Amino acid sequence: MKGNEALGEAALRAGCRHFFGYPITPQTELSAYLSKVMPKVGGTFLQAESEIAAINMVLGAASAGVRAMTSSSSPGISLKCEGISYIAGSDLPCVIVNVQRGGPGLGGIQPSQADYWQATRAPGHGDLHAIVFAPSTVQEMVDIVFRAFDKADEYRMPSMILADGMLGQMMEPVEFPEREVHKVEKPWATNGHKGERKHNIVNSLFLQPQQLEDKVKERFARYDLVKQNEVLAEEYLTEDADIVLVAYGASSRISRSAVNSAREKGIKAGLIRPITLWPFPEKNIQAACKTAKAFLTVEMSMGQMVDDVRLAVNGARPVYFYGRTGGIIPSPAEVLGQIEEISGGVK
Amino acid sequence: MAGINMVFAGFGGQGILFTGKVCAYSGLMEEKEVSWLPSYGPEMRGGTANCSVCISDEPIGSPLVLTPDALIAMNIQSYDKFIGAVVPGGVAVVDSTLVDKKTDRDDIKAFYVPATQMANDLQLQGLANIILLGKLLKETGFASMEAVEKALAKCVPPRKQHLLEPNMRAIKAGMEA
Repeated sequence: MKGNEALGEAALRAGCRHFFGYPITPQTELSAYLSKVMPKVGGTFLQAESEIAAINMVLGAASAGVRAMTSSSSPGISLKCEGISYIAGSDLPCVIVNVQRGGPGLGGIQPSQADYWQATRAPGHGDLHAIVFAPSTVQEMVDIVFRAFDKADEYRMPSMILADGMLGQMMEPVEFPEREVHKVEKPWATNGHKGERKHNIVNSLFLQPQQLEDKVKERFARYDLVKQNEVLAEEYLTEDADIVLVAYGASSRISRSAVNSAREKGIKAGLIRPITLWPFPEKNIQAACKTAKAFLTVEMSMGQMVDDVRLAVNGARPVYFYGRTGGIIPSPAEVLGQIEEISGGVK
Repeated sequence: MAGINMVFAGFGGQGILFTGKVCAYSGLMEEKEVSWLPSYGPEMRGGTANCSVCISDEPIGSPLVLTPDALIAMNIQSYDKFIGAVVPGGVAVVDSTLVDKKTDRDDIKAFYVPATQMANDLQLQGLANIILLGKLLKETGFASMEAVEKALAKCVPPRKQHLLEPNMRAIKAGMEA
């Protein structure tokens, strides 16, 4: 199954019955899949007139307390940023998928990871965060969709799945384990009770500065809980590693191949793969400082996540970067070359 | 066999992506780790198409194959693009009806199969791709014959199951080519 289709099927199984999208390469198969399947289960699939309309429909659906989702690729996500900010400002849960392509502007349509800053720093204006997940296999995409909906509901905030064109387009074997859909009580939802209970208001406008500051602080208290409880990362051969690579998504797969090749050549390399990008697994990085002599961040960008690695390392070890951008996927041989170069320097 | 990385390349419409899919499913039938990564975008629409397929005993790192152990090339552009990338000792299967070139590399095993011509002669129109897959199967043993048959049954859509038999004939024709 293609990664994009797997995201769609997983969303259905996670209880999502409201999808609003607008086609864009390389994520279109997700919408196409749900357009076929959603009507059969009595759900709503709607191709909106634009990305902006789609995200605002998500805002509306989420206000009513249902699981809602939208998906797009990089330029389309930029259009959605306003809506994402309103969703965060209204404390609404939803899932947003970004199957990244090369940028900036219309950029290209080949795989990229150049939206890391946007996803983790500013998915919209204002003080806000989304929980950002970075799957690296088609199977993991499935597992993460369930988690993304659950965590969005639990913390009343948007979840973003940051994939890329490679993961969206590739086919891998995938299993859909029977999973219970977690029902989260949403007493805040504006879902109509014919005046039989006090009416709810979903809103992101607070003109009194004190009121707004209180709201934002309350939200950041929840963000602190997310930081404490929801960090996910996978470590590979890091226990004795001299050189620790840090990479997510597609580039983590390439890095893992490079780590294996380096080990064959007697270089002790390891890999930390952040699965959540926000919150970032800084503790894993800090723990690795005990054995690591240097870090190498590998991205399909000019270097974005490397900022978070540097912040976590905090000057304790040198942090190197290798990346390709514009839709080019680095080869394991290129990454191995970097490892060898660093290894020569630190020995 | 620890693993094999393959590239299938040709024109859009020659069934290149389908061929790769059958190959990947063959690995899946033997419970191997597999991946299939297509080229996508404007090059798919009438231009060149290619896909990377990995079959492995281990989890697959990069699904993008830059240096294939095995190549199927179905047009000159693909041949020119990939023949130099085949790893030493690797296998190239070329549709010689459409590619009138031969490589001067002596460190790879190149096979020239007039698959498009054979498909016409054997009343297997449109199955040149599967003939080439048959040759690739024989020369690399990427999976068992049984696995390929199961994979074809899986990949041929339910309403086109009558095409299973000609597909299997094409595999066999390729193996004997």
